[in-house]
Amino acid sequence: MNNHRPSPQPAAGDSRRDFLAKAAALVCGGLATLVPVAAGVWAFLDPLRRKGAAATFLPITELSAVPDDGVPRQFAVVSERMDAWTGFAREPIGAVYLCRQKGSQTVEALTATCPHAGCFVELEPGARSFRCPCHNSAFTLAGGIVEPSPSPRPMDALECRVGESGEVAVKWENFYTGIAGKVARP
Amino acid sequence: MKDASGMGTTTQSRRPGPVTRLGDFLDSRTGWRGLVREALFERVPGGARWRYVWGSTLVFAFMTQLITGLFLWASYSASAQTAWESVWYIQHEMTGGWLLRGIHHFMAHAMVVLFALHLLQVVIDGAYRAPREVNFWMGLVLMMLVLGMALTGYLLPWDQKDYWATRVATNLAGLVPLVGPAVQQLVVGGPDYGHHTLTRFLAIHAGFLPATLVLFLVVHLALFRKHGLHAKQPITRPDGMFWPDQLLKDTVAMLAVMAVVLGVILVPAVRTMLAGGEVDWGHVGAELGAPADPSLPYAAARPEWYFLFLFQFLKVFEGWGASGEFLGAIVVPGLIMAVMFLMPILGNWKLGHRFNVAFTIGLFAGVAVLTGLALDEDYSALWTDKQKHAEATRLFAETEGDETKLLAAVGGDAQRAAAIAKQFPTVEKLRRSEAFLAALKTARADGERAIELAGRPEGIPPGGALELVRGDPLSQGPRLFAQHCGSCHAHVDPASPDAEAVLAASSAANLYGFGTAAWMRGLLDPEQVAGPAYFGNTAHKDGEMVNFVQEDLQDDETWKPADIEAVIVAMAAEAGHGDAATPADRIARGRELVASDERCGSCHRFGDNGTDLGAACDLTGWGSREWLVGIITDPTHERFYGDTNDRMPSYGKAAGSVPLLSDEQIGLVSDWLRGEWY
Repeated sequence: MNNHRPSPQPAAGDSRRDFLAKAAALVCGGLATLVPVAAGVWAFLDPLRRKGAAATFLPITELSAVPDDGVPRQFAVVSERMDAWTGFAREPIGAVYLCRQKGSQTVEALTATCPHAGCFVELEPGARSFRCPCHNSAFTLAGGIVEPSPSPRPMDALECRVGESGEVAVKWENFYTGIAGKVARP
Repeated sequence: MKDASGMGTTTQSRRPGPVTRLGDFLDSRTGWRGLVREALFERVPGGARWRYVWGSTLVFAFMTQLITGLFLWASYSASAQTAWESVWYIQHEMTGGWLLRGIHHFMAHAMVVLFALHLLQVVIDGAYRAPREVNFWMGLVLMMLVLGMALTGYLLPWDQKDYWATRVATNLAGLVPLVGPAVQQLVVGGPDYGHHTLTRFLAIHAGFLPATLVLFLVVHLALFRKHGLHAKQPITRPDGMFWPDQLLKDTVAMLAVMAVVLGVILVPAVRTMLAGGEVDWGHVGAELGAPADPSLPYAAARPEWYFLFLFQFLKVFEGWGASGEFLGAIVVPGLIMAVMFLMPILGNWKLGHRFNVAFTIGLFAGVAVLTGLALDEDYSALWTDKQKHAEATRLFAETEGDETKLLAAVGGDAQRAAAIAKQFPTVEKLRRSEAFLAALKTARADGERAIELAGRPEGIPPGGALELVRGDPLSQGPRLFAQHCGSCHAHVDPASPDAEAVLAASSAANLYGFGTAAWMRGLLDPEQVAGPAYFGNTAHKDGEMVNFVQEDLQDDETWKPADIEAVIVAMAAEAGHGDAATPADRIARGRELVASDERCGSCHRFGDNGTDLGAACDLTGWGSREWLVGIITDPTHERFYGDTNDRMPSYGKAAGSVPLLSDEQIGLVSDWLRGEWY
C-alpha cells in the first residue's frame, strides 16, 4: 500500500514570511556558531590582561663590584619569575650595564636591551662604545646614539640607587622597542 | 546462461568483474567517476609545458609539510621546558627522526623558492589578468600564509637562534599602528616569552594557518579549474591533456624537488661516509642550537635566509630615527604587498603589465642584493685579505678612527693618512664580521655541548635542558671566569703560542692547570715563581714564598731534588690531580715534608701539624674543590691570605644582600678550574 502522498508545492509569494524565515535561519545559525567562536576568542585574548612583573628595585650587586673607571660593566638581573604556570625561584631575567665615574658613589644603569628591536647590546672590544650585534645600532658609553644608527632613541637608562650597605639596586623595567619615546611596558 | 535482457548472446566473460561492479555501485551513490574525470581530464592549451609545474610542486611541498608536520607533532611538546627537549629527542634519539625533521625543515626552504618561481611565472605570463584576478589575490594570501608558517615554525625548536631572531620579529610586529602592541602581546601569549609563546606559535603554525591555507588552496584550485590553465602565448603546438601529459611533468618536478631536499640533507652524511668516517645521524639534517636562554644574549641572531633581506633592509634606515624602523618594517613591505595586489588591475594596460613584470623582477633583484649584503657583512672576514688591511687595522685600533690622531700616527703624511682612512670602513666591517663569526662559533659549541649534556644516561632533568646548561662547568666556567676573574688572572696553557702575551697582560697567577703537578712544579721553580704566571704581577712578588723558592729551596743539602718532587706529587695528590702511577711512599714522603715544621709546615698549616693559621695559606686539601670554593668565597679568611690578601674580592661573602657570585656559580668556576665536568 502506498501511503506517500504528493506534497504540496512550497508556498510561493509570501515574501514577508520568506524573509523572516531566512533572517531567522541566519540568526539561529549565526548565534549557534558564535558561541564556540566567542568562547575561543575570549580565552585567546587572555594575554592582553596579563601584566609583566611590576617595576620594582632589584638588588644587582655591590658598589665595590662596579669599578669607578667610567667603563660600563654588564650584570645579570636576577629575580623571581612566573611563566604562566611555572614559578622560578631565582632566574636571570635580563641584564644591565652599570657604570661609575671616578670617585663617584652613584651608579648609572642602562638596560642591555636594544631600543631598536630588542637584541642585547654589547660592549665593543676596548670598551669605547656599545654596539648591537643585530642591526649595528651604536651607542656611546653613556648610552647616547652614535650616528648613523638605526635605533630611534638612546639606550634606556634605569633608575639606580645605592643602599647604605653599598648594595646597588636597579628599578627593572622593559620598554617598547622601535619607537622614539621611552614607554614602559605594562 | 541468459542474461536479463534476453538477448541471449552475452557470455559470462563479458560480465563486469567485482572491482568494476564495486566501482559502479560507488559511482551511482557518489558520482566519483565524474569527479575524477573533472580533476584529470583537463585540456592544456598548447600542450603540457615545464613552466606550468610550479603550482603543482607547491601543492606537493605543502602536502609534504602536512605529512611530516603531523608526524613531528606526534612527538613535539610545546612548553619552555619541553620544546627544545622534545626536538632534541626527535633529532637525536628517535629512529629516523633526523630524516623527518630534515625533510620538514628543508622543504620549508624549498617552498619559499618555489613560491618565488610560481609568482615569477604567473606575472611574466600575465596569468593574473581577467578573469583570474581573484585567483591571483588568493595566491598572494597563500604566499603570506606560507611565510607566516615559516616564521612561526622557526621558533618551535626553542633554541637560541630562533628565540632571539623571533623576539626581534615580534618586536617589529609591535610597531604596527594602534593594534601593534596588542597583537604582539597576543602572539607572544603575555608580556614575556614563555610557555604560551610556544603553545600559541604551535597552534598558529600547525592549526590556524594550515587550516586557512587549505581553505584558500581549495578555492585557488577550483578557480584555476574554472578559468582553465592560462596558456603561454602564442599557442603554436596542439593542445594536450592534463592527465597524463602535464601531470607527468608535474610529478617529475615533484620528484626533483624531493631529490633536492633529500640531497641537502644527505650530501654531508654521504661525504662523511665516502671519507670513511662514521655518520652521527643526529647531526644530519636540520641544526639544533643550545636551548633558548633569555638571559644569554645571542650575538649571531639572524632570521632564516629567506627573511635576511628584511633584516638587512632595516639597516638601510640608519639615522632615520623611529620613522626609519617603521618605514623599513611596516610601510615599505606594506606598500610592496599593496602594489602586488593591484597587479591584476594594472595589468589591464599593456604598459601596466610591463610595469608588473619589471616591478617583480626588480623586487627579486632587490631581495637578492639585500640578502647578498647581509651575508657579505656577516661573512666577509672569510674572504677578505686581512694581510692587506693589517696596517689600517692596527692604526684604527690605535687612533680609534680619529683623523687627527691618525695624521700624527703616520708622521703628518696627509696623503698616507687619507689612504689609510679610506680603508677604515673595511676594517670596521671586517671587525664586525669577525665578531659575528666568533659568536657563531660560540653558538655552535654551545649547541654541541647542550646536545652532549642532554644525551647523558641520566637524561634531562624536569627543569629542562637549560638547567643542565646553566649547571655545566664546561660552558659556564669560562664565561664566569672571563667576567669575574679574567681581568686579573690568566688561564692559558703555558705551551700555547699566545701564552706570553696573555701572561704579560695579566696581573695575577695563571690558573691553567691549577692543582696539577705541572702547576706546582712551576711554583717551586725559582725562574718562574716571581714571573707573570705566579706571583710576578702581585703584591706577593717579594713575599716570603718567592723568597723561600729562590733561596731556601736552592740549598740542595736540605732540599734534595727528590724531596722537591715528592712535595710536588703530594700536593697534586692533595688536589685530587695525582697520578695513579706515583709510588705511594713518594707521596707519603712529600706529605711528611709539607707537614714538617722545619719545611713547609713552618709557615703552612697542613692537616694537624699544629701550625697557626694566618701566616700562610692552609695546605690541607690544597687545590681540592672545597679548597677552591673556600678561597673564591673569601680569600681574606685566615685559612687563605688573611690580611695579606692582595686584590682578590670575596666573591661569596656579601656585604649587602647580593654576593658577587652565588654558591652555585663559585662551584661552577671551581669545577671548571679543576677540569671536572661531564
